[in-house]
Amino acid sequence: MILKVENVSQIYGAGTPTETIALKNINLEINEGEFIALIGHTGSGKSTLVQHLNGLIKATEGKIYYRGRCIYDDDFNMKELRSHVGLVFQYPEHQLFEEDVFKDVCFGPKNLGLSKEEIEKRAYAALKAVGLDESFYKSSPFELSGGQKRRAAIAGVLAMEPEVLILDEPTAGLDPLGRDEILDCIYKMYKEKGITIILVSHSMEDVAKYADRLIVMNKGEIAFDDTPHRVFKHYKELEKMGLAAPQVTYIMNRLKNEGFAVDTDMITVDEAADAIMNMMKLEKIND
Amino acid sequence: MNTFKNGCIMGIIKTSRLLYNYIKRDEEDNIEEVKRAVDYVDIDIKEGEFVAILGHNGSGKSTLAKHMNALLLPTEGTIWIDGRDSSVSENLLEIRKCAGMVFQNPDNQIIGTVVEEDVGFGLENIGVPTEQIWKNVNESLDMVGMNEYRKKSPNKLSGGQKQRVAIAGVVAMRPKCIVLDEPTAMLDPSGRKEVISTIKKLNREDNITIILITHYMEEVIEADRIIVMDEGNVVMEGVPSEIFSKVEKLKSLRLDVPQVTELAYELRKRGLPVKAGVLTIDELTDELKKIKAAGEHK
Repeated sequence: MILKVENVSQIYGAGTPTETIALKNINLEINEGEFIALIGHTGSGKSTLVQHLNGLIKATEGKIYYRGRCIYDDDFNMKELRSHVGLVFQYPEHQLFEEDVFKDVCFGPKNLGLSKEEIEKRAYAALKAVGLDESFYKSSPFELSGGQKRRAAIAGVLAMEPEVLILDEPTAGLDPLGRDEILDCIYKMYKEKGITIILVSHSMEDVAKYADRLIVMNKGEIAFDDTPHRVFKHYKELEKMGLAAPQVTYIMNRLKNEGFAVDTDMITVDEAADAIMNMMKLEKIND
Repeated sequence: MNTFKNGCIMGIIKTSRLLYNYIKRDEEDNIEEVKRAVDYVDIDIKEGEFVAILGHNGSGKSTLAKHMNALLLPTEGTIWIDGRDSSVSENLLEIRKCAGMVFQNPDNQIIGTVVEEDVGFGLENIGVPTEQIWKNVNESLDMVGMNEYRKKSPNKLSGGQKQRVAIAGVVAMRPKCIVLDEPTAMLDPSGRKEVISTIKKLNREDNITIILITHYMEEVIEADRIIVMDEGNVVMEGVPSEIFSKVEKLKSLRLDVPQVTELAYELRKRGLPVKAGVLTIDELTDELKKIKAAGEHK
């Protein structure tokens, strides 16, 4: 287990008329090598939760452990935690600031006090991992397209070589292919380097395609924590929480209601296509 | 509808060979780089139409949209908004009253500390009498279904509600046309639904012309027409069922199709005779029923 959240609550403006409970008694264990998706309506507490995981905010109550050590202990090295648990914010390209892309990606590892060679080695590796062409390395970050900027910003966090990579809606505002490219690249890092991924997303289709564990936040609490297949079975409850299931889940349920002999727990297009083909073949055999 | 002196009729938004270059200059003001964002575009949008514009990041769709309320002026060519040429500076105020814009991030568009004040801000700015402001604010809050939140602080609202307030602020100006540039990009699923159904209602019930730019394909299946842009050009144009029947072509343009369309396409590829351009769950269900019945018939 790499991260553990124990009875964490977060209350903003405690004791004032604007008191808001952002997190209510959260318990969570995150294991090495998992691909976790975190979904929830706006204001459900998911961004607050991920910011706790690298110590950006301190919980009002409860504790967070990184590899068994409580991150709130006096002798705990918070800086080290942040190099192990990388957080890519929403619209990370707003944080690009250096004069060229390569320098921007070097900024993180530079702050870790590494040698120049090591810094550059990491920057190259990170830029390669996000699939940004070498011709852009010396460009100003501001001359890149939306998708390219997003990659440069993610590379900046990757260059820290984190064990856990948290991404808060990394595909918001990208075109469909840009969305797929970023997520494929994240998936590759998960598969090839074994990085633990926590993906915050509003796209149920993306979540279904990539994650092997799905955590649903609702009003500051964890509503579901299971495989995407099992969570999306509860699509009616998800809707009440301002969420939904992938469109194929609705298709399969509709077909079932119309008398087709299909299972309803499909969450990707491929799964659904296979299930429908099987069903159609079976019906022919039955004739 | 606008009739020219020569009798020809044009829509609420019409462009003729519209071209826009972004020009980058060095410190001495010499031209360093010219990037063409819109490349001789001709479009004609009729009053009351719901038009969606699709295109990958950098395809020129936002640049085109910004011409529709004269935030940008053409480098070459002409755009008429309700018959008014945007290159004539006396027309600007009327153009901006006629065509309102809504952007991606609701937090950047809300300024008031109370919902109703925010919605009235634009009207106050152009010196509308107080009584009329309240009347318009009231009506537009009703139109977007946010009247019960009128006394609330905007920062207490959800993303979808904030975006509806931003839309109400535009509606209060009584525009004939609203241009929405990725209004749902930052919203959760229910926020997206709220905003899209609000847009559809404004179009159907209040006859406001809608131009919607989005990266979510399932949001445009009920549009009257889809325009697809690439490299500053209009590369596809047609009704949704027509556009979404060209799955490969859309993917080559970095776009996608709704999941139900993709599923139907996959089934066709696997040999099931499902028609191309299926857009809704109803259609797919009907198609499968037909195929099943035909199979039983044999």
